[in-house]
Amino acid sequence: MTKIADYISKNARQNVVEAIKRANDNSEYHALLSLTEERALERADAVDRGEITGRLAGVPFVVKDNFLAFGAPTTAASRMLEGFKAPLQATAVEKLEAEGAICIGKANLDAFAHGGSTENSAFGPTLNAYDKTKVAGGSSGGSAVVTALDIVPFALGSDTGGSIRQPASFNGVVGVKPTYGTVSRYGVVAMASSTDTIGVFTTDAYDAELIMDIMAGKDDKDMTTLPDFFKPTAAKSGLKIGLITETMTDDVDLEVQQATLAYVERLKSAGHTVTEVTLPIVQYALAMYYIIVPAEVSSNLARYDGIRYGHRAEGVANLAELYGKSRDEGFVTENKRRIMIGSYVLSSGFFDAYYLQAQKARTLLVNEFNKLFADYDVLIGPTTPTPAFGLGENTADPIKMYLADIMTVPASLAGLPAISVPAGKSAAGLPIGVQLVGQRRSDAMLLALAQSVEEA
Amino acid sequence: MLNDEMLKKYDMTIGIECHVQLATDTKLFSGADNDARDKAPNTVVNPIDFGLPGMLPVLNHQVINLAIKAGKALGSEIAHISRFDRKHYFYPDLPKGYQTTQMYHPIIIGGLVEAPLEDGSFVKVRIHHAHIEEDAGKLTHNGEYSLVDLNRAGTPLIEIVSEPDMHSAAEAKAYATELYRLMTYAGVTRGDLYHGNMRFDVNISIAPKGATELGKRAEVKNLNSFKSVERAAEYEYRRQVELLEKGERIVQETRGWDDAKQKTSSQRSKEDAQDYRYMPDADIPPIVLNDAEITRVQATVPNLPSYYRQVWTEAGFNKDIIDALLLSQTSAELVERIRGKSNSTVAKKVGFWFLKAVTQALDGDNAVQTNLQPIPDEYFIDLATMVQDGKLNSNAGDAVFLEMTKTSEAPVTIAERLNLLQVSDEGAIADVVDEVLADPASQQAVADLKAGNDKVIGYLVGQVMKRSQGKANPGLAQELIRKKVI
Repeated sequence: MTKIADYISKNARQNVVEAIKRANDNSEYHALLSLTEERALERADAVDRGEITGRLAGVPFVVKDNFLAFGAPTTAASRMLEGFKAPLQATAVEKLEAEGAICIGKANLDAFAHGGSTENSAFGPTLNAYDKTKVAGGSSGGSAVVTALDIVPFALGSDTGGSIRQPASFNGVVGVKPTYGTVSRYGVVAMASSTDTIGVFTTDAYDAELIMDIMAGKDDKDMTTLPDFFKPTAAKSGLKIGLITETMTDDVDLEVQQATLAYVERLKSAGHTVTEVTLPIVQYALAMYYIIVPAEVSSNLARYDGIRYGHRAEGVANLAELYGKSRDEGFVTENKRRIMIGSYVLSSGFFDAYYLQAQKARTLLVNEFNKLFADYDVLIGPTTPTPAFGLGENTADPIKMYLADIMTVPASLAGLPAISVPAGKSAAGLPIGVQLVGQRRSDAMLLALAQSVEEA
Repeated sequence: MLNDEMLKKYDMTIGIECHVQLATDTKLFSGADNDARDKAPNTVVNPIDFGLPGMLPVLNHQVINLAIKAGKALGSEIAHISRFDRKHYFYPDLPKGYQTTQMYHPIIIGGLVEAPLEDGSFVKVRIHHAHIEEDAGKLTHNGEYSLVDLNRAGTPLIEIVSEPDMHSAAEAKAYATELYRLMTYAGVTRGDLYHGNMRFDVNISIAPKGATELGKRAEVKNLNSFKSVERAAEYEYRRQVELLEKGERIVQETRGWDDAKQKTSSQRSKEDAQDYRYMPDADIPPIVLNDAEITRVQATVPNLPSYYRQVWTEAGFNKDIIDALLLSQTSAELVERIRGKSNSTVAKKVGFWFLKAVTQALDGDNAVQTNLQPIPDEYFIDLATMVQDGKLNSNAGDAVFLEMTKTSEAPVTIAERLNLLQVSDEGAIADVVDEVLADPASQQAVADLKAGNDKVIGYLVGQVMKRSQGKANPGLAQELIRKKVI
């Protein structure tokens, strides 16, 4: 029985009460920014009275705090949106609630999802579920940790360049970043519109499949959603799988390489063929990513101006000061860094050299992936170059922090589905994840593959 | 001081950017009501217009259809693929911190507008492109604080960008006026100028006659009447000539128009120009159109002014009548329908009444046009026929027309009620003629007529008309006078 199935069989109120107790018992991890206890209990009682039914009736879950949801403020872990109460809910949350799921709280993240460790949260970092001296990963660190600690059976996250896969890898859980456009982005605080995706953390790939099946689908409120395509499928046999050599270089932690090779062996013994493939352009993926994404970030964060909602600075003399001070106080350093990089690459005279060039390179990246997918069904490699690093270890060096995204950003730029699955632990007891990447719309196939390996 | 010598030394070049508010039910990217006129502040605003976190644009397809229609009116090509971009700047009336517009791939490409001038010739203005974009909200400044009204934020606009093909204030006015007609006829905009449904940014430069390069231009922003377009161009021409004649430079800048003072003043120079950091909007997929769809939408565009000008000129309407009829699409369509149902003579007569009504009505009085709807076409045809057949004299015809546009009654009913029907009964008129001829005041005229001075018969007929209160058939009266005197 999967964890979700287990919850469905139980009393909803009890599920919620126990989940909230576990959340409070584990508050030292700082995985949650708020609890939605009152609303959760109301909904639980409605489930128990039979007023709310569905495939997730009475199952508690957590959403990353950049999803608009009722019952608690939506802060995006920023001072900018501290106390902001959403007047509506994200489509993903609505769809889960329509199936009877109950949101019990909102998870910590890097402010506005900028970061890979949750250390950029304006409200303090989340600690790794396996080692409190290590980072949770990010930006969806809180969601990964509540899943790893079994506080709830699933948690929602957003993944723009690895923000689900990397913390999933660091905390030993399954993390799904779907094909771009699979799940509506409506009601999720935007980071980079062309790579933002909505996904999920679970303990196993079966539960992940169920949640994706519910969340996926065309949404009239998000023009970039794809026509319905996600359909749970049986595992295919005899898949052709490519191990990307560029993700297995000497720069990658040895234990991570070994865990990846061990996973490859499991795939082989399940009857799949695994061969080494090269994807040379991935060496430029980080450069593309850190031009395109900051450009979109600088644009998407322009609405936080202190005029209509959100933080507004006190004691300002004029409009320019109101903007400058409100944004200075409301954003964390990493937000400002990305806004500045983004503004620079979009500015007149630099747009062609940076933004446009990066978009052209992005097209080449997509083409290279397409070439590989003509011959291979799935690509595999480590999710991250190392297991979770220490708290504070990379905060002084943004480049080092960005390098941790090197495995995950290519699939984001190409809009491909990618999942991180647990693949053992390091000698120090830290989880290691491997990443399975497929062609666009192959999400269900990837999950079925992961399920077959879990069972083997 | 400026003198004519100085003014003659320079040529003026004008290009116009026109923002047209589209007549859609809802906004460009949200379901909020698009008609913000006279609404309380911030009452037609939804979370998308408000720029809440997590909100995404949903493109209103009605906007695309109106842009396709506008393209037809402008004689443009419609792009098979067009896209949206973001233009960034901070201002409290811009909720998202960027305006969604079409910088790189606009939907309307090229085009030509031929605008009629007073002398009957046309100024030909090429269209560079026109793009779809959203309007911003409105700020009201109150000294210590400012208030934001987002009702208009997200209203769909098309911005029509002309080539610098105009060379006089009159041409600029003519172009602006013709754009207004084109956009209202094609149903693209409600055309409410008072509420800023069309706003003109006029770029004006001067250069010595014969110069191959254009001078530095000033852009006068946000003009919302044809007259202000003309006045601003006139003012700028003189201002710029004066500067050059004084040996000063013209700086490229944005200027505002003060309608009360009838002058422009500097708002900001190019040096302060913002870097808008344009980028493609990844939230909105490209608009992809095929020829069949474009043709289908354009087939619904009604007759445009150029069509009426052509067919009416061929039918012998004079320019004044054509201009008067084109002031309102309703009257243009009515007269063209009448022409189809009867003939050009009748239609021209009706057109003439519109001309008179327009001439008599002072500026902005649309009473005649707005009351047309409930009047059947046949009433106009009947009225023209009554005049043609001598049942009403032409003054009576004018009176019945005006009355009809007020009461919507049948012309014969009005004519009877007002006692205007001409008397063509020979006996009745003969009695009146006898009275006039017997009147001592008429004796000199009678004598002159007898002596062969035929001109005085007009006076005698006039007396008959007076005594009959205008109802006598003047032709018959004249005939009887001749018979009795000569």
